[in-house]
Amino acid sequence: MKTAFILEAVAAVNQAILSSEAELESLDREIGDGDHFINLKRGCAALLAMHDELSPLAPAEVLQRMGMKLLSTIGGASGPLLATFFMTLAKVEKTGDISTLAEIASAFHASVEAVKQRGKADRGEKTMLDTLLPVADTFTQLTQQDTDRHLLLTALQQAAEQGMQSTKDMIATKGRAAFLGERAIGHIDPGARSSQIIIHTICELAKTRTA
Amino acid sequence: MKKFINEVDNLLVESLSGFAAAHADLVNLHLEPHFITRKKKAENKVAVISGGGSGHEPLHSGYIGYGMLDAACPGHVFTSPSPDQMLAAAEAVHAGKGVLFIVKNYAGDVMNFEMAAEMLPFENATVLTSDDVAVENSTYTTGRRGVAGTVIVEKVVGSLAEAGADLAACKALGDKVNKRTASMGVALTSCTVPAAGRPTFDIGERELEMGVGIHGEPGRRREPMRNADAIVADLVAAILEDLKPARGSEVLLLINGFAATPLMELYLLYNSTAKLLQAQGLVISRSLVGNYTTALDMAGASITVCLLDDEIRQHWDSPVHTAALRWQC
Repeated sequence: MKTAFILEAVAAVNQAILSSEAELESLDREIGDGDHFINLKRGCAALLAMHDELSPLAPAEVLQRMGMKLLSTIGGASGPLLATFFMTLAKVEKTGDISTLAEIASAFHASVEAVKQRGKADRGEKTMLDTLLPVADTFTQLTQQDTDRHLLLTALQQAAEQGMQSTKDMIATKGRAAFLGERAIGHIDPGARSSQIIIHTICELAKTRTA
Repeated sequence: MKKFINEVDNLLVESLSGFAAAHADLVNLHLEPHFITRKKKAENKVAVISGGGSGHEPLHSGYIGYGMLDAACPGHVFTSPSPDQMLAAAEAVHAGKGVLFIVKNYAGDVMNFEMAAEMLPFENATVLTSDDVAVENSTYTTGRRGVAGTVIVEKVVGSLAEAGADLAACKALGDKVNKRTASMGVALTSCTVPAAGRPTFDIGERELEMGVGIHGEPGRRREPMRNADAIVADLVAAILEDLKPARGSEVLLLINGFAATPLMELYLLYNSTAKLLQAQGLVISRSLVGNYTTALDMAGASITVCLLDDEIRQHWDSPVHTAALRWQC
């Protein structure tokens, strides 16, 4: 992973989140408490503002500082979950350069596992994990099969899309939507959707790179 | 949306600044990270710290002061505060006997306080409040929400801490009060999160949301509007079903407004609730009526019943001096 790519990804994700304002707000109003977009927007803005501070740093340090910043600016449940993701990624990066796709897949997998533990949640509970876990599985699987880079990125986007869509028919057992019981059926989880937007955007950006 | 705001982004800090200025004799405001402490640091006692999303005022900052909290960490509206706030607050008020966090049971609050507890260099414990009985099936969920009963936990535990009890005793009493406290609320209108600018949920002129949470999250059911006695009967039934108090039990009754319901109606609810509880053979020996755990501009109210015993009653009655609760001193 390169610092320049991480910073470009931050800018791209910020754009993607901002242009999904209406959709994320309405999803969260339906089954949450309406603050998901605002919190993500605040987190993205804080990361963007760190650009000059981060650009000279090594990737592990960049990811660690991003995690700490998200922890202190987002709050809510998204703060610790996203922070845990980045801080775990930083920890893995620190133990050695993550550069090959297989290494990135394994680091991604470890980070999603850490999110799972922090949130005490698992697949099928109508959360961001329903997007992240299938992506982690697909990532590991395809890197083992030595899949073409472009096809792999597209497959990750599809896994994210399917995972996100799968939350629609679920009853939530974690997060604020859990209080709705069956009334949450028919609504996509806002956290699953925002995670899918983030993954889609980063994959799209990665497709424009050769390696 | 029609609200008193200059810039939405500045609402929290301007409000905290006003609170601190209005109660300058009681509290100090610290910014970046945001937390509020007692004016005069208490010595040789367990430091009791709470916190949570803003929009529930006077919870929690209004309960800082003698006999209750040592510090509170306000998050953004309806959003948990973050660990850096809790660490800074703990650093400021820790007095050598450990830190007790009082946390309402929501996924975000629990995770943030948990991360803070992991990073904290002091002995610490956490009381999770979960008095809301509206969430029926809690086996597989995050569990019951912490709502207005939190005020009772903060008062009672704050009193014990003031008396010099150790961390384990404070934690045990907090858990006991939580277990003996049950609440349920009803909303007549939605609230509007200022940064969102529109109501969190749609509700018709002739509808109510039974079992609503303090963030406008839906409760058990959307129902047609009825008269107050009928609404109270449902709330009380759910609460007593949970507490299963023996006849003759002594209780504290809290009628809590969500902010946009007039006191006149809250007292009507008290009247209606008291009759029902008395008919069940319960003795209401302590009462509190008012806006103690609000939900921005929501119209509605919650009923909280706490089963008293000698210990809880004694610590409820003890002197307290905070912005929102004050007696005997």
